[in-house]
Amino acid sequence: MTQPERLPVALMVNGETQEVLIEAEATLLSVLREHLQLTGSKRGCNQGVCGACTVLIDGRAGRSCLALAATLAEAEITTIEGIRDDPVGARVIAALVEGAAVQCGFCTPGMVIALTELLRAKDRPDLAEIRDALSGNLCRCTGYQKIVAAALTLASNGHGE
Amino acid sequence: MANEIMKIVGASLPRLEGMDKASGSAVYVEDLYRPGMLHGALLLSPHPHARIVSCDTSRAAALPGVRAVVCGSDFPERRVGVFVKDEVILAQGKVRYAGEPVAAVAARSLAIARAAAALIVVEYEPLPAVLSIDQALAANAPLVHENLERYVFRMPARARRNIIWEVDLAQGDVDAAWAQCDAIVEGIYETQAQYHAYLETNGVLAEADQSGNLTVWASCQSVHHVQTRIAEELGLPMSKIRVAVPRVGGAFGGKHASNLHSIAAALALKAKAPVKLVLTRTEDFEMQRSRHPVRIHLRTGARSDGTILAREARLLFDGGAYADESPAVMSFASLMVRGCYRIPHVRVHGTAVYTNKLRAGSFRAFGNPQATFAGESQIDELALKLGIDPVALRRKNLMQDGDYWIGGHRVAVCSAGRCLDRLIESVRAAPPLPPPRRERRRGIGYSMLASICGLMGTSASVHLRGDGTVALSTGVVDIGQGSDTTLAQICAELLGLPIESVSYGAPDTAVSPYNWKTAASRSTYMTGRAVAGGSNHLKEQILRHAADMLESAEADLEFRSGGRVGVVGVPGRELSFAQIAQHSLYVAGGPIIGVSGLVFDGPPFDPKRATVERFAFDNLGVYIFGAQAVEVEVDEATGQVAVLRAWSAHDVGRAINPASVEGQIQGAFVQGLGYALTEEMVWNDGRLINPSLAEYAVPGIEDVPFGVHPIILEEPEPTGPFGAKGVGEPALSGVAAAIANAIAQAFNGARPRRLPMTPERVLDAIEPPAGQA
Repeated sequence: MTQPERLPVALMVNGETQEVLIEAEATLLSVLREHLQLTGSKRGCNQGVCGACTVLIDGRAGRSCLALAATLAEAEITTIEGIRDDPVGARVIAALVEGAAVQCGFCTPGMVIALTELLRAKDRPDLAEIRDALSGNLCRCTGYQKIVAAALTLASNGHGE
Repeated sequence: MANEIMKIVGASLPRLEGMDKASGSAVYVEDLYRPGMLHGALLLSPHPHARIVSCDTSRAAALPGVRAVVCGSDFPERRVGVFVKDEVILAQGKVRYAGEPVAAVAARSLAIARAAAALIVVEYEPLPAVLSIDQALAANAPLVHENLERYVFRMPARARRNIIWEVDLAQGDVDAAWAQCDAIVEGIYETQAQYHAYLETNGVLAEADQSGNLTVWASCQSVHHVQTRIAEELGLPMSKIRVAVPRVGGAFGGKHASNLHSIAAALALKAKAPVKLVLTRTEDFEMQRSRHPVRIHLRTGARSDGTILAREARLLFDGGAYADESPAVMSFASLMVRGCYRIPHVRVHGTAVYTNKLRAGSFRAFGNPQATFAGESQIDELALKLGIDPVALRRKNLMQDGDYWIGGHRVAVCSAGRCLDRLIESVRAAPPLPPPRRERRRGIGYSMLASICGLMGTSASVHLRGDGTVALSTGVVDIGQGSDTTLAQICAELLGLPIESVSYGAPDTAVSPYNWKTAASRSTYMTGRAVAGGSNHLKEQILRHAADMLESAEADLEFRSGGRVGVVGVPGRELSFAQIAQHSLYVAGGPIIGVSGLVFDGPPFDPKRATVERFAFDNLGVYIFGAQAVEVEVDEATGQVAVLRAWSAHDVGRAINPASVEGQIQGAFVQGLGYALTEEMVWNDGRLINPSLAEYAVPGIEDVPFGVHPIILEEPEPTGPFGAKGVGEPALSGVAAAIANAIAQAFNGARPRRLPMTPERVLDAIEPPAGQA
């Protein structure tokens, strides 16, 4: 097997520039997990369906398993490891834990990212907006009930930084 | 001595590991790295049934970076299985389902491993395949296992041709009873293969040292069971195999031991290096397990006053290519299909068959969803025929305290009726919804639930550390349900310690006391008993040490909150657990360790009450009950069913952690909703055609109402820890029947009898095609 060609790429991840040598087809998820050892983004399907790999790309929630890392040299990427120190992200995490919305936990980092994006854009989202924000994230454990309840609690308090 | 102030049991404490999970620092098997680690890849069979003519691995082995290649012929024929020893580590001689692993590779990178697997040349000679229950039972059917009579069975099972196992249960005189019935309803109910769809696929990291000792990290439901299976499959003593478990991303019955773990272990032994083997989503769909597709022929009869006299059931289970847990799942469904009713005359015959499909196995609620869909649908059909309200018909026939389950187990506390009462109260108290839009109809449907929690052996140890905190260890794998926290709560409550003073040890066969599995709604009930036993054993020893140190009689001492022992009536005269521990470690008495173990050994079936033959378990557990209601809206034009809101009432004995109990109820309910309406694994010519989360419809947030209301009853189980019983599974079982009953209520009795109730099937039921009305 011939060695595939590798490109040097500088990625801005969680506020730090990281130089990586990657194949052109490497997904952002594989680069985060395997090159940078940021394993909080989860590989649930690797097909862009489950949402467990969700990260923020320039502030917008996106699937890291579908994004090609080599195309993101100009982007600002925030993973769950960066979100947990963000004031909104930290509140989302605390609300999910306090609200018993975490079971197996595999979907949770992706849910945290999606809710953080929502709450940064909107101080008091309503039920429909919460459901819409989480519509790309599958959870097999909770039936979504306590995740939505935790998000509603955050929203009713106003997430205010 | 119980601590009245702390009240840890009964509090919705947050998960011990919640912050780690939510912030992405919890470690799952794919997150693990080891020095010199290789990556594994599999080659799966493309054929549902074929003879393996040859397997050439030479090109794969020659690829630079490849460190080990194995295929079935590298292993002796060593068949394993809990009930029927019919499985081998990798296919030998022939493949029996599309997706069966045929060969495996370990290489320096995942890309190389996959490239190498693609270079393995397997020559197949396709054989006629058995792809349905009817094909399996046909007189001239091809045989999935030609040498069935040479296999080792756990007990005589009446296996022959493609039949794996048959179960019979009977009581009363069914044949004579039909003549006394004023109304008889009869129907065929069909259910589909459901995929577990844990968000984390199955995976394993196996490492071998230079002496051939294995360490295996597996995403699994029991380190002890995985250890047992690897030992049997590879012919190694258990002393050479250590199995540990990182965090598990959901399991639901789909992460019991399988050949996956042994394949990774075999690669590691051959390469003498660590090998990580994590299934792709497609591989996980094709290779692992499903819920059993089942066909149930059911007949129920009653007097005109609503007294149910007789029920007869024939259950046909499609077990797939290997027996796995089919005998047990089918046995349990056969036991449950009567339901929680006083029916004097019952006859049940269950059969599990082999087909050339993915093996079916355990899946949350274990045969009960199939049995309950048939049984509880038919109760409503009987009510309609009798002109009696379905809830009233249930009330009239429900088991009461002290009644017997079919088979002769006495149920001292039968809370089914109380669950139904509480359910109805909540449904009535709910504010009415605004009326439906045009061409939509609403209905409310009900289902009763019964199950068991218990089974097999478990144990716990509680070590008092030098600073007065304790290390709890049990071998129970928390697969997401919250057992680490719940078991720690039981321990903390009994010792009068804050929850922070109890740590829960990650299960590891090198150090953890034995536990059978995370299964059968058993961890809180069974292992909770062991934790209580171990905690009390620890307290006995603490008291003995304290008596020596305080020069008092044990009878004069009391436990005080926060981990102290003092002399009754003398507030200042006391010792902290830390002082006692220090004394035990450095001065006298030795380390203080509490231990306890048990096996569920309830009464056997009672031959005076019922005939039970070839039932796969020796012992079951304590019976648990519940009741469910759903309100649905059906679009008459499209057949689309939406669940608007739902209620699920469960007697849990005692809710150790109420928020966790609610989470179990809600999560199981939504898995039941997917089972009822959208989820179905579909095979075409023996190939699974929807092996991805894009094509297989797990409910998303938009498919689920924000309004699944858990209702918790607490009727203490005398043998349970603080009275607790299990709740992990039951809320899945009644959802399909309740939805079918709600549809029937909206459409004058018209109902689907096949799952999932897709729009097309609903339309066929409410507007039968011409000529079938």
